[in-house]
Amino acid sequence: MSLHAHLVVERPAFRLDVEIHAAAGEVVAVLGPNGAGKTTALRGLAGLIPLSGGHVTLDGARVHHLPPERRGIGVVFQDYLLFPHLSALDNVAFGPRCQGLGKAAARKVAAELLDRVGLADHAHVRPGRLSGGQAQRVALARALAVRPRLLLLDEPLAALDAHTRLEIRAELRRHLDGFDGATVLVTHDPLDAMVLAHRLVVVENGAIVQTGTPAEIARHPRTDYVARLVGLNLYRGEADGNQVTVGEVVFSSAERLTGPAFVAFPPSAVALYRSRPDGSPRNLWRAVIDGIERHGDNVRVHLRGPITLAADVTPSAAADLDLTPGQEVWAAVKATETHAYPA
Amino acid sequence: MPWPLLVPALAGLAFLVLPLAGLLVRAPWGTLPQRLTEPRVLEALRLSLVTATVATALCLLLGVPLAWLLARTALPGRRLVRALVTVPLVLPPVVGGVALLLVLGRRGLVGQWLYDAFGVSLPFTTTGVVLAEAFVAMPFLVIAVEGALRAADQRYEEAAATLGASRWTVFRRVTLPMVAPGVLAGAVLCWARALGEFGATITFAGNFPGRTQTMPLAVYLALETDPDAAIVLSLALLAVSVIILAALRDRWVGTA
Repeated sequence: MSLHAHLVVERPAFRLDVEIHAAAGEVVAVLGPNGAGKTTALRGLAGLIPLSGGHVTLDGARVHHLPPERRGIGVVFQDYLLFPHLSALDNVAFGPRCQGLGKAAARKVAAELLDRVGLADHAHVRPGRLSGGQAQRVALARALAVRPRLLLLDEPLAALDAHTRLEIRAELRRHLDGFDGATVLVTHDPLDAMVLAHRLVVVENGAIVQTGTPAEIARHPRTDYVARLVGLNLYRGEADGNQVTVGEVVFSSAERLTGPAFVAFPPSAVALYRSRPDGSPRNLWRAVIDGIERHGDNVRVHLRGPITLAADVTPSAAADLDLTPGQEVWAAVKATETHAYPA
Repeated sequence: MPWPLLVPALAGLAFLVLPLAGLLVRAPWGTLPQRLTEPRVLEALRLSLVTATVATALCLLLGVPLAWLLARTALPGRRLVRALVTVPLVLPPVVGGVALLLVLGRRGLVGQWLYDAFGVSLPFTTTGVVLAEAFVAMPFLVIAVEGALRAADQRYEEAAATLGASRWTVFRRVTLPMVAPGVLAGAVLCWARALGEFGATITFAGNFPGRTQTMPLAVYLALETDPDAAIVLSLALLAVSVIILAALRDRWVGTA
């Protein structure tokens, strides 16, 4: 139940060219901003749009020349697309019936699946009367009912409100853990990706920019987009031993490297001063305040200067420093929280 | 309200309503029950209802797939096909009747072959009435159903395909149920048009009581011999129209 796919889709002003691999039982998240080509990739896998090149291979068999109904791929669509004229039970039974099961047998399969997602008592309800979370579970049950070799989920939690989302995310994770085929999910939400997936594939402008486990990606982002997603300041510079030079700023880090390198640190590792602090000139530079906003319990300060960065300070520190946009400050980063890794 | 709009608007309303009011005023209410139950009237009414219903069934059988073809496939020359489909809509029905005679008449292109091979002759038969009505009414159905198909969210069809449904199953179990209200509205419109059909019917099927004389034909004929009978027949048709309008009230009139 493994997936190997190379998807090439060419459009007038857009080109998607990505490779996606997923082993049996593995959940791979395709993460990227809107318009990156995530949904296009998903539709290519499902056979809903033709590929300009590449292949889709399931368990060693090429399926990209087959129409969607013959691929054995289950899809949970973003807004679920439950058939409005059928009950929840008949929505789930739809796939088994298409596979040749009789009405009663298909309904039996569907009832079991609805029971598994905790909706046995909603079997005869029409989709219009289900809540968002319930509809999502019915959609999942419907996709699993055809016993797909590959399960695709398109922004599975995007249509839910924040409160339901938390609950459904944990539940979805449980259901995905119980699925023995490969799973590919597409999302623009890093939290969904990190909680649900074993491995992430980050796509920007139709190409993969980074792959890795959630932990690797959270620690070592390689593009500004990924860095923003995981909440880190990221710079590219030249490493020489324990220091990395980014323009005029020199960072110290624990890692020893040479050549092109990334430096990453969280906004909370930045300290701001009105006057030049004593001590090492490393990890220290003059910056100008661009903007100030609330960020959780802290105050996020956006700075420009030799490098642009975000700094988080406590509200009391912000008050003591009397920060205002346009003001000049000194910015320092703790070397212990600065990570350097090869570019 | 500006009077250059108000005055013509009221005149337009009067123009549409007054003739119907006149029909009601002049109706021989006293003798209405006997007249309505006259065998001649019942015969025409029965024939009209039966032929309009069969014609609508024929239109559904042929028109829904045609609408699907227009809405869902990248058929080459689709715009031309749509234009051809709408021709009977703007064609004077009597011309349609002449055209049907030329093709399906006993000397016609297809009619001659039908007669030689099967001994079937369509003109001046009840089947001919059905064909004439279907010819004139089918565009209404095709256009209504095509509109409904275009408005329907095709992603449901994609969802069905990923669940293993063939295109025929998708059409039967997803597309058709989802556009059912549009199909129903188209069918009612089509049925009403078939019921009122006059020109193509009298040209292609003639005017034989009990066989091809539908209500509109009976009205026209009665007007020359027995005006009161014409009014009674007209009232019956008006009643049917009002019932249809009431049935579709929620769909069209009620949305205002």
